[in-house]
Amino acid sequence: MKILSNLKYTKTHEWAKFENDGTVLAGLTDFAQEHLGDLVFVNLPEVGDSVTAGEPFCDVESVKAVSDVYAPVSGEIIEVNEALADNPALINEDPYDAWLVKIGSVEDNGELLDAAAYDTFAKEEAED
Amino acid sequence: MKLIFERSIPGHGQTLLPHCDVPEITLDAPGRETPLHLAELSENDLSRHFTELSKQVHGVNCGFYPLGSCTMKYSPKLDEDMAALPGFTDIHPLQPAHTAQGCLHVLHEAAQQLCVITGMDEMTMQPAAGAHGEFTGLLLIKSYHRSRGDDKRTKIIVPDSAHGTNPASASMAGFTIVNVPSRADGCVDLEKLKAAVGDDTAGLMLTNPNTVGLFDKNILEITKIIHDAGGLNYYDGANLNAVMGIVRPGDMGFDVVHVNLHKTFATPHGGGGPGSGPVGCKAFLADFLPGQVVRCADGVYTLSTPEKSIGCVRGFHGNFLVAVKALTYLMMLGREGVPEAARNAVLNANYLMHRIKGSYPPAVDGICMHEFVASMDKAKHEFGVSATDVAKAMLDYGIHPPTMYFPLIVHEALMFEPTETESKATLDETADILLEIMERAKSDPDSLHAAPLTAPIGRPDEVTAARQPVTRYVFEQ
Repeated sequence: MKILSNLKYTKTHEWAKFENDGTVLAGLTDFAQEHLGDLVFVNLPEVGDSVTAGEPFCDVESVKAVSDVYAPVSGEIIEVNEALADNPALINEDPYDAWLVKIGSVEDNGELLDAAAYDTFAKEEAED
Repeated sequence: MKLIFERSIPGHGQTLLPHCDVPEITLDAPGRETPLHLAELSENDLSRHFTELSKQVHGVNCGFYPLGSCTMKYSPKLDEDMAALPGFTDIHPLQPAHTAQGCLHVLHEAAQQLCVITGMDEMTMQPAAGAHGEFTGLLLIKSYHRSRGDDKRTKIIVPDSAHGTNPASASMAGFTIVNVPSRADGCVDLEKLKAAVGDDTAGLMLTNPNTVGLFDKNILEITKIIHDAGGLNYYDGANLNAVMGIVRPGDMGFDVVHVNLHKTFATPHGGGGPGSGPVGCKAFLADFLPGQVVRCADGVYTLSTPEKSIGCVRGFHGNFLVAVKALTYLMMLGREGVPEAARNAVLNANYLMHRIKGSYPPAVDGICMHEFVASMDKAKHEFGVSATDVAKAMLDYGIHPPTMYFPLIVHEALMFEPTETESKATLDETADILLEIMERAKSDPDSLHAAPLTAPIGRPDEVTAARQPVTRYVFEQ
């Protein structure tokens, strides 16, 4: 399981990358893509939608099931990764490169874990 | 292939009617302003159309169909003969009961035999299929709590290895779902179950054997935990084929069950069946049953509506002719045949699992029940061949794939359920094919990515089909 040290994580297996301009990129972790299996569809939100930390903002469909994706922070969607609409498998190939959305006007950071805490959390969950 | 409307040629028809020998009149009443869209085909063309359609699908009559959790057993042709008898077909559900004694006898007898098999006291034949039965059973549970003035029981406990219909039915019935994590073998984690129950627990929904194909040996403790908390236990009969005639849900502590006549009791399945999902219950719930129940006194069959009935969940007596077929099946098997069928179903699953386990590692070691789950996780990582690729490759060998990616708790799951109606020769042939497919996965994985090559269509766009289904034909104006 790959975890990048420069990212923050949620307990629902999303990552958040805080950019220098104050925006946040959000995506699914390696743990998430591994457990979801091959992704076949990403139902992206619209630019301008507001999102709330801990609330679902998009859903992904894998060969197994449709699952909600939860926002790591509160704010407004300022960009979506259109490349995923044509090729959802990009998330399986490199989950940390295949960002889902860029969030601006970030208000609330929710309860985010650093890489070490997420590593421990994900390992516990895998054993559970 | 062409749709029937695309084959239509104006003026073509099936029967040449004699000329009308009475004057034609036009009715002075509001009528259709546009003609009906009816396909016009000669009988010959129509016959070819349906024969062509039948070639586009794979059914039990075409070949092996080990679709896990679906129990695709052979449907004996005698069932069809019985269901086609005019005494069963030329009746009307509203005709007086004393003129339909034979039909009521069948309903009564089918319900009785299913009660004996499930350990229940009463049975309704109304529900049209499994999930419909779940919904009905949950309404019984809801009515029971309400009748006692116990309105706070709003939660239904469902293990995370359950069939997706369980939480869906509970939600439809107005309950909140509490998901309890299963252990790796799909069995219920007793400690987590104890932590989940409370005075808001309405009940538990469970399949046993579970969706990983194992009999949960803690079943008596599980149902006791729910009963002690004041809840009721619902048995999903999806996997009854493994234990029918051997162990009864009623003895395991279940209060309500549904059975799938189209799975366990060999009536046709898929393509609209139609299905039938009778719901049985213990005596204390019988007053809530839907529709009318057949009673027998002094050899006379009558219909009566239970005192606190939840109302009808379907018209009249459900899919009556399916009950005729299921009863025929039960009468053919008899008291000894029913458990023998279950034992053979378990034997067949274990034989197939044993033959292929070197290449298709089971999710759980040990003896399985009527089905087993293999994980393609290793093949995916080592050869880049997924459960889907293996399933698609099987189509080229004339075998229907097993259930894929279920249960969710197993990665790259393939769930095989051979059923008792397949011979050792078929199982051996299938095992050889599966082993060959795994050899191809190692030597030529791309050939599996390209499969199927011989099916009428290759890999359909399942996402678009599910999200933007085209379900009606649009006529040219």
